[in-house]
Amino acid sequence: MDACCSNVSLTCHHSISRSTMRPLEGKQARVPKTPIWEEVDHTRIPNVPQIDQEMINHLERVSLVEFNNQAGIERLSKAIESANKLHMVNTDGIEPMESVLEDRMLYLREDKVTDGKCKQEVLSNAVKTIEDYFVAPPGNIPLKTKERDYGSNSNGS
Amino acid sequence: MLSLTLKEAVHKLRDGSITAKDLCEKCIERLNKTQQLNAFITETVDISRDSAAETDKRRQKSKPMRWRKLEGLPIAVKDNFCTTGIRTSCATTMLQNYIPPYTATVVQRLQDEGAYLIGKTNMDEFAMGSGSVDGIHGPVRNPWKYKFTSSNTSEQTKPIEQVSMRNYHTSTDDWHIAGGSSGGSAAAVASGVCFGALGSDTGGSTRNPAAYCGVVGFKPTYGMLSRHGLVPLVNSMDVPALFSKTVDDASILFNVMAGHDVHDSTTVTDEFNHFTLPDNIDIKDLHIGIPKEYHAPGLSKDVHNAWEEAADMFEKAGAKVTQVSLPHTQYSILCYIVLNCCEVASNMARYDGIEFGHRAANEDSTEELYAATRHEGFNDVVRDRILAGNYFLLRQNYEKYFAKAMQVRRLISEDFKKVYASGVDILLTPTTLTTAPTYKWFTERDNRTSSEEQDIFTQPVNMAGVPAISVPSKLSTDGLPIGLQFIGQNFKDKELLTIAKWYEQQVQFKQLDLDYLDTVS
Repeated sequence: MDACCSNVSLTCHHSISRSTMRPLEGKQARVPKTPIWEEVDHTRIPNVPQIDQEMINHLERVSLVEFNNQAGIERLSKAIESANKLHMVNTDGIEPMESVLEDRMLYLREDKVTDGKCKQEVLSNAVKTIEDYFVAPPGNIPLKTKERDYGSNSNGS
Repeated sequence: MLSLTLKEAVHKLRDGSITAKDLCEKCIERLNKTQQLNAFITETVDISRDSAAETDKRRQKSKPMRWRKLEGLPIAVKDNFCTTGIRTSCATTMLQNYIPPYTATVVQRLQDEGAYLIGKTNMDEFAMGSGSVDGIHGPVRNPWKYKFTSSNTSEQTKPIEQVSMRNYHTSTDDWHIAGGSSGGSAAAVASGVCFGALGSDTGGSTRNPAAYCGVVGFKPTYGMLSRHGLVPLVNSMDVPALFSKTVDDASILFNVMAGHDVHDSTTVTDEFNHFTLPDNIDIKDLHIGIPKEYHAPGLSKDVHNAWEEAADMFEKAGAKVTQVSLPHTQYSILCYIVLNCCEVASNMARYDGIEFGHRAANEDSTEELYAATRHEGFNDVVRDRILAGNYFLLRQNYEKYFAKAMQVRRLISEDFKKVYASGVDILLTPTTLTTAPTYKWFTERDNRTSSEEQDIFTQPVNMAGVPAISVPSKLSTDGLPIGLQFIGQNFKDKELLTIAKWYEQQVQFKQLDLDYLDTVS
C-alpha cells in the first residue's frame, strides 16, 4: 500500500532545480518527474503564539464549545502553525476575494410573500414548545466559571 | 442488472425490458448484501418499493402518462441534503433526530423526473473530513478489495447509542477507506446499490471518494446547482455534486438538476441550456494543461504513471499538451483551512438546541443550555474548527488570517484565470496523492492533518468555483482504482464533461463487479 509509506509534509524539502522550473522537452516531460513545491522559509513565518488561559476562556466563551483537554489546545496550535505559512505569500495590494460570483449582480426578487402557513412544520423539530412558542430557559446569565485544568502545560507549548 | 449504467437502466425502464419493481428489488438485495460497507445511515426501502410500483402503474394506465427522464431510477443522497419526512442527520448527534419539513431543490428535481430515494448515505460529521470515518455512525468501508463475510451480511446497523467514534469496526482485518466526506454515496454507486448518488463538494468531498471508489465524481461550477436544503459547511465553496458510473450518467443527472433556484441566491439566473454529450468526440484542437505544481510531495508512483499515460494519450490523439503553472497551488490548502474554519465557526452558531436539533437537559440558563447542547452535539473535529475559526476571526487576528486567506484565495483564482486566458482549455491532474489508504493508516493521523493531505489537489478548484470531475483511470499495482481530475472553466461544464467522456472512452475502466454476492445466501 503506497499510501502507507508516503510521508506528506507541507514543508517540502525538495529544492527546486533549475531544470524543473522550465518546461521540459521530449517525451513525458509535461508531467514533472519530481515534486515542484517551494521550500518553506521559516524566517518569514510568524511564531505560534502561546495559547494562554485568558485566550482559552475567551475562545470557549465566544464559541460556546470547550477544548476538553490539552490535546484540543495543541490541535489549535497546529492549525495556527499551518495558517502562519500563508505569510510566505506576498499579498500586497491584493483585494480579498469573498465570492466566486463577485462579478455578477445579485438579483432582487419581487417583494412578495411566497410561502407561509407552515407553523407546524417550523415547530415540528423543536424539543420544547409551549403554545406555539419555542422555549428557552432564562437568559442573560453569564456561564458559570468552571474549574478546568487542561493539563499542567496549558500554554500551547 | 446492477451492472447497467444509469443511461442504460433508464432506457430499459422506458422500453419496458425491465420493470421498476424488478430493478428495485435487485437494488434492495444488493443493499442488504453490502451492509458491511456501512454506506447508508437511513435506508428508505418502503419508499423505494412504493415508487417503483408507481412507475409500473404509470405504464399500465390506459391513457399514457408522461414518461419522465429518470422514471423508476433509484438514487442515493448524502445525509446532508434535506428530505421531507426523512431523517437528515449529517452524521452528527446534533441532528440525529432532525426530520426536515422540506426537500433540497436538487433532490426535488430528481424526484420530479421520476427518480426515487433508496437511502441517505453515510459521511463525516457535518461533512468535515476526507475519509468518511468521522461520523457518529462509524466509518464507510471501500468496496474495492473488501472481503465480505456471508455470516453477518444481514446484520443491521447498530443503534446509534452503541456506536462510539472510531471503534466501530475493530475486530476484522484492515480495509480501505472510501474517502470523504461523501464516502457513503461513492461506496453505494461503486457497489451497485444505485445508479447515481448525490454528494457535496466543499474541498473535494465528492471527487476524493470517487477516485478511491473507482467511480465518476463531478463537481459542477459554483452557482449551477442549488444549495437550498444542503446543510451549509462553507457557503462560499459548497457545491452539490454527483457520483455515477460513467460521465454520460453524470451529465444526465446534472441536466435534470441544473439551473436557477429562487431559494438560492447564489445560483446564477442565466438560462440553462440542456445538453447531451456527443459520442464521437474530436479533441484535435484541444489544449490540455498539465499544472506542474500538482506533482506534490507524497504523490505515489502509480498515480504519477497514470497521469503521464493520460497526458500521452491526449497528445497521441492530436491534442496539444503543455506544462503550465498554477504558482499558488501549494498555499491553497492553507488558505482553505483558514476559510473553512471561519465559515464553520459562523455556520455552526445556529445549533443551539432551541428551534431544532439536539437539546441538552441543562435548563439553568439559555447560555448553559447552549453550551451543554453544543458540547454534547458536536464531535472533536467540529469543535476544533469552531475554536480555530473563532481564533482566526478575533479582532486582532482578522487581517492576519481571515483577510490574508481571502487575498490568497484571489491569487489562486487568478492562477486559473491566467492559465485559461493563455489558451488552455482543460487542466489534467491527479485527484489524490495515492490510492485509498487503509483505515488503520488513515486513523493514525488526526482529521486536520488528513485533510491537508487528502484535499491537496481538489480544494483549489473550490477556491475558484471552476468545475472539475474525477474519472477512474486504471487500477494500481495493488488493485485499487486511481482517479484523474479534469478541471474546466467556469460555466463550461459541458465542455469539461465532453473531454472527460473522451478519456473514459479510451481507458475503458472496468467497474467493480459484486455480482458474486448475489449467489451468497
